[in-house]
Amino acid sequence: MSTTVFERARIVDPSRGIDEVGTVIVEGRKIVAAGKAALNQGVPAGATVVDCAGKAVIPGLIDARVFIGEPGGEHRETIASASVAAAAGGVTSIVMMPDTDPVIDNVALVEFVLRTARDTAIVNIFPAAAITKGLAGREMTEFGLLREAGAVAFTDGRHTISSALVMRRALTYARDFGGVIAHETQDGDLASAGVMNEGLYASWLGLAGIPREAESIPLERDLALARLTRGAYHAAKISTEMAAQAVTRAKADQANVTAGVAIHNLSLNENDVGEYRTFFRLTPPLRAEEDRLAMIEAVKDGTIDIIVSSHDPQDVDTKRLPFADAAAGAIGLETLLGAALRLYHNGDLPLLRLIETLSTAPAKLFGLPGGSLKPGAPADLAVVDLDEPWIVSESGIRSRSKNTCFEGARLQGKVLQTLVAGRTVFSA
Amino acid sequence: MTDASSLPLYPHRHLLGIRDLSPADIELLLDRADRAVAISRQSEKKTSTLRGRTQINLFYEASTRTQSSFELAGKRLGADVMNMSVASSSVKKGETLIDTAMTLNAMRPDILIIRHQSAGAAALLAQKVGCSVVNAGDGAHEHPTQALLDALTIRRAKGPLSKLIVAICGDILHSRVARSNIMLLNALGAQVRVVAPSTLLPSGIEKMGVIVSRSMAEGLKGADVVMMLRLQRERMEGAFVPSVREYFRYFGLDAEKLKAAKEGALVMHPGPMNRGVEIASEIADGPQSVIQEQVEMGVAVRMAVMEALLDPRRNEGRSA
Repeated sequence: MSTTVFERARIVDPSRGIDEVGTVIVEGRKIVAAGKAALNQGVPAGATVVDCAGKAVIPGLIDARVFIGEPGGEHRETIASASVAAAAGGVTSIVMMPDTDPVIDNVALVEFVLRTARDTAIVNIFPAAAITKGLAGREMTEFGLLREAGAVAFTDGRHTISSALVMRRALTYARDFGGVIAHETQDGDLASAGVMNEGLYASWLGLAGIPREAESIPLERDLALARLTRGAYHAAKISTEMAAQAVTRAKADQANVTAGVAIHNLSLNENDVGEYRTFFRLTPPLRAEEDRLAMIEAVKDGTIDIIVSSHDPQDVDTKRLPFADAAAGAIGLETLLGAALRLYHNGDLPLLRLIETLSTAPAKLFGLPGGSLKPGAPADLAVVDLDEPWIVSESGIRSRSKNTCFEGARLQGKVLQTLVAGRTVFSA
Repeated sequence: MTDASSLPLYPHRHLLGIRDLSPADIELLLDRADRAVAISRQSEKKTSTLRGRTQINLFYEASTRTQSSFELAGKRLGADVMNMSVASSSVKKGETLIDTAMTLNAMRPDILIIRHQSAGAAALLAQKVGCSVVNAGDGAHEHPTQALLDALTIRRAKGPLSKLIVAICGDILHSRVARSNIMLLNALGAQVRVVAPSTLLPSGIEKMGVIVSRSMAEGLKGADVVMMLRLQRERMEGAFVPSVREYFRYFGLDAEKLKAAKEGALVMHPGPMNRGVEIASEIADGPQSVIQEQVEMGVAVRMAVMEALLDPRRNEGRSA
């Protein structure tokens, strides 16, 4: 069994509330020690020693919202290519969305994903299954069988279930099988032909706007149903202050509710759309600066539990179009940590809280291994130079699609090495 | 034209929107257009300024008025004009805007005129081609030559725009004409008012440099110019107003409502008009209407724009 010792590292482990300089010892697939105490444990014979002075060791990121093109859209992204991108970004586990072709709404597809992941992926891939067959918002999928096959959560991906009755039954039924219902909310009627945040900026551009209420109205409905059913509900991607307030109220009522935010809604705002830059067409749309600041506050105060990349590969054909005709979505696996660290560097969030939202909290929320450096945990971790600056360039992107919102961006904090189950899957 | 060398060199390569123009740019184009009006009124209307140059009109939306205006303008300047009819072209077969642009670009045109249903289409095209691009309307974004021809019409009838009150009435929400006009009129110092039911006003309108009014009596009071917009029914996603009857009752321009404006106020409409919806026939054809002049000024403004963009002095400067 091979042993690796990471010496003199700044160990950031939110699962134990630790942020201290110490040693991490990895033996085989597991962490056997991580912390100040391990400093004096000595180095086992034959161990590989990595000097991490000035570097941080964090539990590998767990990105709970990733769209992958396999099956059906392999030209955009495969499970293998997404995993390579993830490893480079310090992401050791991915929750994969069911928006594939065919949709992950039955046991065979879950098994296909797990099999393909086992054979081709270098990070952990956890499929989420659809709530409704074909993501059509009508008939429930087989929650029990899907859970047994390995689906870690239920979500209709990019789609919002418009029927309150379907949502009520899904929340009720999923409770029996321990599945979280993760839901993106955007009222299709109210959003109508909208393509960016409603407001002055959209008005000058002549683009139809999406009001904030398009997000919060179906969200309020879902939260009421979560109270009614006591089912586990996750507001997958909120972007507005009013949505955050709704989640705060539901949590205060002891509803079994959690919330996530996409990194884009924490780092960018509607002005980044500039002159119709289609890479910045996202769902939910980039909002006003006040909303962005409200999202940071919501992460800080615990209203928002997790940060996701919402990695959504789109190719040239769907992006090189007039803004309103382009597909929504941006990739983000490789820039998730760097973009999130901006919040640490400019003092918005303490490092421990930031890593918690990117790793420990999503592990807990979806019942996944990882998210911790405590002894016995799987050796899913990343060695990071928190201060190293780098510039995102298209040519450096490993993802099969290049639709990043951070092209040319200056980020601070670079992944040097990523381990999944003790095996190095990326090293800079 | 006769002698354009005395005019300052126009500093832009494309005309994508009024937003990019300074007040001086606008005045320069209007001055040039005044000269073009004179030419169009001669019996010999053809000049040779753009002889040997190729102009392609690429219209994704049906348009009789604007397309023929650009075509005529090009022909009066001596350019070779080609109309790409989208209905019978490869666009119908699913070719993207950019692929079409690259194809046309390979034919080495000097100027491309584009109308497209999506905001930002003209700017996207301009990034991909090597020639000048004129935006002839992109979604609800801009329609710069319309705003210029409106300004020319007003200036010729009322003098400098800086002291004037202009009321823009109707479907502001979906109107590129309104957006371009709001910017141009503000740039030249006019007071701009908009009058519309709240469902037809864009979000943030009060920060767009206008005074917002929901009643014609209030919005038209003391106005020098009343600009009516087409109620673009085909663009509506849902019912923005309950009925044509109710719309005309409150927002259609008739003799009674026009009384609120200054005596001799100009009545304008970018066309095509819905008579009896946003404007009464008696007003459209009445003595205060300058709707026909707008059409005439349209040709002149488009001549001026193309001439300014393809100013031969620009090439001399480049080769020198």
